[in-house]
Amino acid sequence: MSESFERSASVGELVLSLRGISKNFGAVSALTDIDFDVHAGEVVALVGDNGAGKSTLVKILAGVHQPSSGTINFRGQPVTLPDPRAALTLGIATVFQDLALCENLDVVANIFLGNELSPLRLDEVAMEMRAWTLLNELSARIPSVREAVASLSGGQRQTVAIARSLLLEPKLILLDEPTAALGVAQTAEVLNLIDRVRARGLGVVMISHNMEDVRAVADRIVVLRLGRNNGVFEPDASNQDLVSAITGASNNAVSRRAERLRMERDHSGSAQAGEQRP
Amino acid sequence: MTDVKQSTSAPLALDRADARVKHEAGIGGAVSAFLDRVRSGDLGSLPVIVGLVVIWTVFTSLNPVFVSSSNLVNLLFDCSTVGVIALGIVCVLMVGEIDLSVGSISGFASAMVGTLWVNQGWPIALAILAALAFGALIGSLYALLFNRLGMPSFVSTLAGLLAVLGMQLYILGSTGSINLPYGSALVDFGQLMVMPKWVSHTLAAIPGLAMLVSGLRTVARRRAANLSTPSVAGLILRVATITIGLELIVAYLNQSRGIPWMFGLFVGLVVAMNYALTRTKWGRSMTAVGGNREAARRAGIKVRAIYLSAFALCSLFAALGGVLAAARLASASQQAGTGDVNLNAIAAAVIGGTSLFGGRGSAYSALLGIIVIQSIASGLTLLDLSSSLRYMITGAVLAIAVIVDSLARRSRASHGRA
Repeated sequence: MSESFERSASVGELVLSLRGISKNFGAVSALTDIDFDVHAGEVVALVGDNGAGKSTLVKILAGVHQPSSGTINFRGQPVTLPDPRAALTLGIATVFQDLALCENLDVVANIFLGNELSPLRLDEVAMEMRAWTLLNELSARIPSVREAVASLSGGQRQTVAIARSLLLEPKLILLDEPTAALGVAQTAEVLNLIDRVRARGLGVVMISHNMEDVRAVADRIVVLRLGRNNGVFEPDASNQDLVSAITGASNNAVSRRAERLRMERDHSGSAQAGEQRP
Repeated sequence: MTDVKQSTSAPLALDRADARVKHEAGIGGAVSAFLDRVRSGDLGSLPVIVGLVVIWTVFTSLNPVFVSSSNLVNLLFDCSTVGVIALGIVCVLMVGEIDLSVGSISGFASAMVGTLWVNQGWPIALAILAALAFGALIGSLYALLFNRLGMPSFVSTLAGLLAVLGMQLYILGSTGSINLPYGSALVDFGQLMVMPKWVSHTLAAIPGLAMLVSGLRTVARRRAANLSTPSVAGLILRVATITIGLELIVAYLNQSRGIPWMFGLFVGLVVAMNYALTRTKWGRSMTAVGGNREAARRAGIKVRAIYLSAFALCSLFAALGGVLAAARLASASQQAGTGDVNLNAIAAAVIGGTSLFGGRGSAYSALLGIIVIQSIASGLTLLDLSSSLRYMITGAVLAIAVIVDSLARRSRASHGRA
């Protein structure tokens, strides 16, 4: 596949750089001293347990929350993100896991929602053309852009949401659990889509709980634990390392099984690749 | 002709490249696509048109006067007042809210016009403007309560129903009713003024012409943009059907008095609202807010402003309907806007096909729905039946309309349509 080829070739300039970001909700520190970088043409997976601060970090980047301290540099410039509009105009687009589309509107209307062409006399032809162009660039498989979104499958809806985020030509896309509600085939479709978005030279931040998905597309895996940085991993890092970074414990079911397998292998002397399996 | 030969096999249109989707072509295709839509629960205006045919057949068989052109002209006069109110109801239903106080607002608006114009001697235009401004103000108040305090529109407008009714009784005082002078422009407009024949025939030709021009333009633009084009034959067939149908109706009504100007105003407002709801960014935002409020907010739509516009427009139309009702009755009384006005307006919008659940509807539903309701009223009056029976039958029709709406919604969900 040429995609693995592009992966290494197209990592470019630093798009986003966070330094020392903290966020307090009252007495609770949701994020403490977070450093985080994203380059153009790179997929960074953000993983961590529930309550690790992934969603808070994405919400800060989307302009929903403001950090208590720390600096955000976007394309080399220090920026503030007081509201979602500000993030959008800078070129940071967010694809939310749910509540993203209006089911009663068709695909074109959803993609252009809030950014319609010629507000007093909607230019349907130009909008439909642009919608097809966007969807074709993503090699998306949408049967018709004039069907209501209600008739689309989960994966197709995610595709529409991603296409919508690309409409304003962002430099960075945040995906909040893009595959959480999807089946096997649909997940594969969305992961392909993420590959193509990266190939367009955009920076991608993806939150996921699914290590398989993360390994499939991520260039780097950033682990958060209890609101702090807890390591950066290559996608070929072992499951055991990832799980212990996420949970903070070196003694748990996953590590115990890996240990057991290794001992069995050592005993039998054969080279089973057991520890690669989850 | 020295150019390089153009590629002979035209590339597939941009939206026809996917082989998995059925695309119907030609007139037969249009018919079967329509049947498909209906089967999956996307009924559109079909139930109301079927209902209208049934109602008219029954009443005509009971009393042939019902379809006489003079009775139908009266019907159109009566439709216009509550119809305008129903148009406002369509606005609030589109965003999934409700206004129960439209009857009171219309009654208060008529009382205001009566008091300011007849009793206080204001110029008529100013009195009407004041009434309309009051309507918009009340709607803005509902929007404020809804947006800032999270008060359900059901409750705030129920409170408004009582409060505004009280204001109406207060300003009418002990006399209880104000007669508007016969011979004034307003009363003539509400009771007598009809279009000259040539005007009504010209106006009836306009929808077809507009459809033809915009349809051909769309075809040309889509072809230029390498998108599939709708069939020109189908377009011409639709245009011909609509134009001939409208001209026949106009010719029939012109056998007696002709088309009331007041009905012309109503239809004009319906067409304007339909344009606003389907072809502008505001209308798109209204539909989006009614369909999924949170998604609309995240798309950058100013949701509160949309609610404000919906509530204000609804009350504004209610006030206008009240003024027209005063003109129709040549009086502003304590009874104006009470009784079944409220529910007729809401029923008209729902019967016409606007969903109570928000996000689906059309301005034309106000027009179709009010014709159904007024047909029932007119037919029963001709049969000399009491209002008790009229209430029961209108109630049953409303119940059927809501049942159809709910069933169609369920069917759409199971067929994967919104």
